[in-house]
Amino acid sequence: MPVLVYTENVEGKFKKSTFEVVSYARAIADQNKTSLIAISIGNVSKDDLSLLGKYGAEKVLNVSNDKLKNFVNQAYALVIAEAAKKEGAEIVVLSNSFSGRGLAPRIGVKLEAGVADGVVSLPEAGAKFIVKKTAFSGKAFAKVELTSATKVISLIPNSYKVVETNAGGQVEDFNADIKQSDLTSVIKEIVRSTDKVSLPDADIVVSGGRGLKGPENWGMVEELADLLGAALACSKPVSDAGWRPHSEHVGQTGIAVSPNLYIAIGISGAIQHLAGVSSSKVIVVINKDPEAPFFKVADYGIVGDAFEVVPKLIAALKEYKASA
Amino acid sequence: MKILVCISNVPDTTTKITFTDNNTQFNTAGVQFILNPYDEIALARAIELTDGGNGSVTVINVGEISTEPTIRKALAIGATDAVRVNAKPHDAWFVAYQIAQFVKANPFDLVLTGRESIDYNGSKVAAMLAELLDIPSVSIIKKLDVNGSQVTVEREIEGGKEVLEIPLPIAAGCAEGVAEPKIPNMRGIMSARTKPLVVIEPADVKTFSEVLSYETPAARGQVKLVPADDVAKLVTLLHEEARVI
Repeated sequence: MPVLVYTENVEGKFKKSTFEVVSYARAIADQNKTSLIAISIGNVSKDDLSLLGKYGAEKVLNVSNDKLKNFVNQAYALVIAEAAKKEGAEIVVLSNSFSGRGLAPRIGVKLEAGVADGVVSLPEAGAKFIVKKTAFSGKAFAKVELTSATKVISLIPNSYKVVETNAGGQVEDFNADIKQSDLTSVIKEIVRSTDKVSLPDADIVVSGGRGLKGPENWGMVEELADLLGAALACSKPVSDAGWRPHSEHVGQTGIAVSPNLYIAIGISGAIQHLAGVSSSKVIVVINKDPEAPFFKVADYGIVGDAFEVVPKLIAALKEYKASA
Repeated sequence: MKILVCISNVPDTTTKITFTDNNTQFNTAGVQFILNPYDEIALARAIELTDGGNGSVTVINVGEISTEPTIRKALAIGATDAVRVNAKPHDAWFVAYQIAQFVKANPFDLVLTGRESIDYNGSKVAAMLAELLDIPSVSIIKKLDVNGSQVTVEREIEGGKEVLEIPLPIAAGCAEGVAEPKIPNMRGIMSARTKPLVVIEPADVKTFSEVLSYETPAARGQVKLVPADDVAKLVTLLHEEARVI
C-alpha cells in the first residue's frame, strides 16, 4: 500500500517545504517497505516535476487542468482523495501549510481517515500508527494514535530535513471528475510579496517587540533580516498597536514558527509569545532588561539597548559576509 | 442572515501547561477556561454582520456542562441563542460530526469558527464540517464581507494573501483582522442569563484518533551571554558553534 504525498507549488514552482514533505513521506514509505507516489496539481513544468523523484517519489501524478491552476480547497481535496483511492494509498502526507490545513481535514472525511495535523516527527516504529504533534500552541506535544485504516497527516514546515534519494519520479497524468459545485470559489486577487521571505517557511526569523518603541524604528530590523535572508516577525503588542501587520504576529494566538534561528529584539518573552517560538532550533535574545523571561529559554543573549546592539550586529554581519 | 459560530472552551493563554496521570491528562487544576480567542473574533464578526436585526447568531459548543460559563459569555457578547452538544469533545472529527448533524436539521447561511483552538491547534473543524455538508470552506481568513448571497474573504497564504468570492453557504475559520473581539456590556451580561441555551445529546459516531500522552518541549541549556560591546562574538558563535548562519 503506497504512501501518497501532496506536493504544493507556488506559481508552478515547488517550495522548500514541499521537498521536506516528500523526503518525510519517503521515510514513511521506507518504514512501511512500500513505494511513494507524489501528486502535483497546477501547471508545473516536467523539469520541476522530475525534482520530486530526486527527493524520493517513484511516481508523480501530474494534474494539469486549467480549472485547477489556482488552489480551490474543495476541488483539490477531491482530486487528492481520488488519487489515494485509485492508488490504494493508506497514508496521505501533506505540508501543514495554509493550504494543507484546509485540505487535510476534507481529505480525511472523504477517506474516512483519522487526521493528525501539525506533526513534527516520523511515526513511531511498531504496529500502531503513532505520531507526535504540537499541542497547546507550542507549549506541549501530544502523541496521537490514528486507528483508522487510512491516515492523513500534515507535517510542520522546518521539522524534517530535505534528503536526496533519487527514486526515479516517473511522471503520469492524472485526472478526476470534478463537480461544478466543487469549483464555486473564485479567486479575485493574489497578493504575494515575492521579495520577502515567507514567515512559516523561513530558516531564520528576526522578530521585534515593544522595546523598539515604534514602527519608525523597524528600519534596522528590516536591514538585519535582509542581511540574513530572514523573515520578519513581531510580538502581539506590536501587531495590536498596528506597528506591524497581523500576519507577522508570532505567538500563541498568532503564527507558530520553527526556524533554525530566531532572533528576538526588544521582546520580553511573555508565555504566549514563547509558545509560538519554542520549537525554534536556536534562539537569540537582545533585550536591555537582564530579567526578561525570554533569556531563560534563549541559547544566546545580549543584555543591551537594541538601538546600540542591532546596528553593531548589522556591522559585524557585514564584516563576516565580506570575509566569508 | 443566519450565522452559526462554533466555539471552544480552552485554557487561558497565560496557563502554564502541565499534565497528570503519567502525562496522559491535561492538568486542569487551577486553570481558568476561556472562550477560544479566535472564536471571539468569529463571534464579533457574526454580530457585526447581523447588526440592526439583520439576522441571528447562534453559538454551538460540543462540551460537558462545565463549558456553560463560556457559552454564557458568548451570549453576553451578543449571540442570539446557544446550543450545547452534551459530550466530551473527543477530537475534531467528533466535534465536526456533531455540529454537522445540527446544521443538517437547522440550516445556516454562514458557519464561522476560529482559525484554530489554542489547545489542540487543529484548524480542522471548519473544513471537516464543510466536507460533511458539501459546502466550500476557507481555513484561515483575515477579512470577511457579505454581499447578498456571496462572501468576499481574504485568505492568508505564505508570504501574502488571496481574495476569494464564494457563494453562501460556506464555513470559514477566522483569524486576526476579521474583527476586533467585543467586550460584553452590563446589559449583555444581564440578558445572557435568560437567552435560550438548548442542550442536545450527541449522535453516535466512530472516532479515529486517540491522544496517548503529552510531553513538554525539552528545556534549553543555560543561555550564553555575549557582552554588548563584543557583538561580533555573537556572529562567530552563530557561525561556528550553532552553525545556523
